[in-house]
Amino acid sequence: MRENRSIFANLDWISILIYFILVFLGWISIYSAVYNEEHNRITDLSQEYGRQLVFIGGSFVLIVLILFTDGRLFEKLAWPVYGISLLVLAGVLVAGTTVSGARSWYQFGGFSLQPSEFMKFATALALSKLLSGDGRENRTGARKKMPNKALIALVILLPVAFILPQPDLGSALVYTAFLFPLHREGMPAWVIFSLMWAGALFLLSLLIDSTWLMGGMTAVALGALWFFRKERGSWLVLGVIWVLSLGVALSVDYAFNNLLEDRHRNRINILIGKAEDPTGIGYNTNQSMIAIGSGGFAGKGFLQGTQTKFDFVPEQSTDFIFCTIGEEFGFLGSLLVVLLFSTLLVRLILLAERQRSSFGRIYGYCVASVLFLHFAVNIAMTIGLAPVIGIPLPFFSYGGSSLWGFTLLFFIFIRLDAYRMQIL
Amino acid sequence: MKRSTLLFGLIGTTALLFLIRLFYLQIIDDSYKLNADSNAIRKLKLYAPRGTIYDREGRVMVANKPAYDLLAIPNQVETFDTLKLCTLVGIEPRELRQKLRDARAYSRFKPSPIVQQMNQVDYARLGEQLYAFKGFYIQKRTLRRYPEGGAANVVGFVGEVTDAYIQKNPEYDRGDLHGVTGIEKSYEKALRGIKGTRYVLVDVHNREKGSFRNGLYDTTAVPGVDLVATIDLELQRYAEELMRNKRGSIVAIEPSTGEIILLVSSPTFDPNLLVGRARSANYNALERDSFAKPLYDRALLAEYPPGSPFKLINALVGLQLGVMDTLKTYTCHHGFHAGSLHVACHCGTSYPLRLIPGIAKSCNNFFCSTFRDIINSRPTSREGMNTWSEHVKSFGLGQFLDNDLPTGRKGFVPDADYYNKAFGYTQWKAVSTISLGIGQGELLLTPLQMANVAATIANRGYFYTPHIVRSAGDTAIARFSKPRRTLVDPKHFEPVVEGMHQVFEAGTARGSRIESIPMCGKTGTAENPHGQDHSIFIAFAPKDEPKIAISIIVENGYWGSRWAAPIASLLMERYLHDSISRPELEKRMMEGDLSQEYLQNADRRLVRKKPGAEP
Ligand SMILES: [Zn+2]
Repeated sequence: MRENRSIFANLDWISILIYFILVFLGWISIYSAVYNEEHNRITDLSQEYGRQLVFIGGSFVLIVLILFTDGRLFEKLAWPVYGISLLVLAGVLVAGTTVSGARSWYQFGGFSLQPSEFMKFATALALSKLLSGDGRENRTGARKKMPNKALIALVILLPVAFILPQPDLGSALVYTAFLFPLHREGMPAWVIFSLMWAGALFLLSLLIDSTWLMGGMTAVALGALWFFRKERGSWLVLGVIWVLSLGVALSVDYAFNNLLEDRHRNRINILIGKAEDPTGIGYNTNQSMIAIGSGGFAGKGFLQGTQTKFDFVPEQSTDFIFCTIGEEFGFLGSLLVVLLFSTLLVRLILLAERQRSSFGRIYGYCVASVLFLHFAVNIAMTIGLAPVIGIPLPFFSYGGSSLWGFTLLFFIFIRLDAYRMQIL
Repeated sequence: MKRSTLLFGLIGTTALLFLIRLFYLQIIDDSYKLNADSNAIRKLKLYAPRGTIYDREGRVMVANKPAYDLLAIPNQVETFDTLKLCTLVGIEPRELRQKLRDARAYSRFKPSPIVQQMNQVDYARLGEQLYAFKGFYIQKRTLRRYPEGGAANVVGFVGEVTDAYIQKNPEYDRGDLHGVTGIEKSYEKALRGIKGTRYVLVDVHNREKGSFRNGLYDTTAVPGVDLVATIDLELQRYAEELMRNKRGSIVAIEPSTGEIILLVSSPTFDPNLLVGRARSANYNALERDSFAKPLYDRALLAEYPPGSPFKLINALVGLQLGVMDTLKTYTCHHGFHAGSLHVACHCGTSYPLRLIPGIAKSCNNFFCSTFRDIINSRPTSREGMNTWSEHVKSFGLGQFLDNDLPTGRKGFVPDADYYNKAFGYTQWKAVSTISLGIGQGELLLTPLQMANVAATIANRGYFYTPHIVRSAGDTAIARFSKPRRTLVDPKHFEPVVEGMHQVFEAGTARGSRIESIPMCGKTGTAENPHGQDHSIFIAFAPKDEPKIAISIIVENGYWGSRWAAPIASLLMERYLHDSISRPELEKRMMEGDLSQEYLQNADRRLVRKKPGAEP
């Protein structure tokens, strides 16, 4: 009895409050997006908001279950959960149902389940377990040897290997989030920076003519050389970076022009905005920007949106749910959502840093990083800063699998955090 | 540097970047916002004009004309002067309120049509006053127009998509038109084109303020593809006139291509009735006419026992199987007799008949005997029946031919299994099924299939799948260009063709003969248990290198030579010579009126339907 009370006293109510606010805002956005006078009972199960209400109810059950589970159990179960999730994920390639081109779903009667949404928390558990050693505590604070790098890569890349062929590029991309906990545990920052640099170069070399790009890079390199002229050996480092960058740019250019078929080329051109295609793939982004832009400072008011109803913005209640906030609650609403997410993420990192067990800390970093990647990619896509990559906005988007997946991910950490005091 | 700095930094940068971008989109950039005097972006559909349909000579069968729809978006509609709007567009207030209720039930945010297919005058009058009716707007579209009329069953008509149809075909929206029958239906995909979209800004006074972002997101409509039909519209209209006050159908096919020259179903209707605001009233009237059934395409959907023309196929199968040759004779004794079974014959001969005169005289005994010999040419009747059935089906009977017609029936060619079931035992004899010999019994053919039989004989053994459209846009329809051979050797066709020629020269159709064109044909009378027999005729001309093959059925038209043969002869002459040398025959056929027959039939049926309670 005493223990339970202490758990509730130790829960981080700030994060939990933000979670509930986000879930609530998400639900009213879904309600608004599919609102229809004929079906205005909020529990109408023929409508997405009615079903989302059921999913939210399910989340509450999950939350209660997690909070009453012994905190140590999550660490013990990390590997079995990972193994089972991986099997279920692999199975979808065989027994799954294809929805809009991707074989990502299990269909049981009227109920469908997307295993990749549950793989994230399973991978987070397994990675935390792996990085924290066998659960033995490192009380002296001395950094332990990192486990086998190949094993780490395997734990992260196995789910990716099953998700990519579905194909579901967005869900696979999320796994880059696990680089952040790795960095926290000792991986040097240049690995992340060079990956970001390569990604940016990749996009740039598609967008800009290769001669210009290489000329520009050479100019930057020369400038940097002059800037760092007093540093010993700077010319060597810069030279290596310069050669590697040229290599990336040239090979992307070559691959794009020689290895891809026309239809792939067209698709990429549209994705990166080189070709105008208002009714095709670029259409979603245009419509979404119109909706958000038309919201103005204070928005049009709840249920008053004209652009986020039915046919203007596709995927309105899932990937593009942020438009509804933007249109109906304007800049103020958008600001609130961005601030809520940022506060939650910062809070999660602070919580992670105060963990006494390295398992808890690493898991906290995993949670923050995965949520951050979803938040960043989803909203960037909605406001036209990134190509359309279909991943949901955590706690917001319609869908039982994603809501439950994120709830598990998030509340296991809340439970671990509440349990931290019991670790001596 | 602490290890948490990187993630903190990224989160901060991302949030800042988002807020700058959102600030720009929502507050600074006016192009995404709706400025002070515009309160909505309206998405207008740009209807693609449907493709034009031409006949085989390039005459326009179906074209377009402009029309205007009044639409409403329920959640933008504000209180308005109901009476004034009703006066402007000419509908009852009750109807208007009902339409608005329906629109609201469908969607508050999507536009629904309130008044459709207004003409230019209504449109001009309403346009000036529209500012008083918020939430309403006018959308231009095109309607069908039939400059020459005629061929209503061939081209078909368009109608508004139903909600159930939209469920299955999400590319359609409420108020869209689609082909309901005819070519409009079977070539819907080609004809419909691709809709476009235009975004316009609308101010608080319901006025359009120009295009949104200079039309950046607009798409133009792509017009539907033009079609060239295989029909000869002039001949079709002439044929429809010949069939006036008669019920039945005419199908004519060009044997060398399978192109359908004529597809007449009588009685027919004026396709222009199904356009414009009177459409639904007119449609209901046509639909409810259960007596004449003008919407029912007899040429494709009616199935008849073919009667005597089928004797030609039995002759061909008999020749192919070797149970007879051109010299073999049968002598008629007023019919075919086997035990207690009698099939009467009125050929009037009592001397041994060979094949060619047998066809010309249409002797029942000759073909019953041939059929019996076909069935008995195999060890059991069952094997004989299946052999016969297989050969008959090779003429394209008893099956859909995968043609491009919007509707059809398979007809029926029985086989051994069918009779095993029908008789309840397997030891049945040829004579039990002898009526097949003269095209009666269980056999069923559609008029289209009968015309195809004529074309197959004209070609001496093969046919092209009959089709109704020659080309779509610049591309010819290629899938019908492969000939389909029957199981009967081409050499066996010559004597049958000669027999058909003799039908005109000395046989049952000699009254319809003309000097200038060597014609071949076969009359028939299909037994009709409900009244007067049907007059049937199949023919082709000229005898060598035939240009047209035809089948005609005149319901309750007594016998073949009375109505069907003369009409066929007139049509073939008109098609081949562009003129008519027998005006008095033409006049007699046009004025011929069988409506009394149909009335009597209806009376007879009514009498029969009366409940038998009275003593
Ligand atoms: Zn006879």
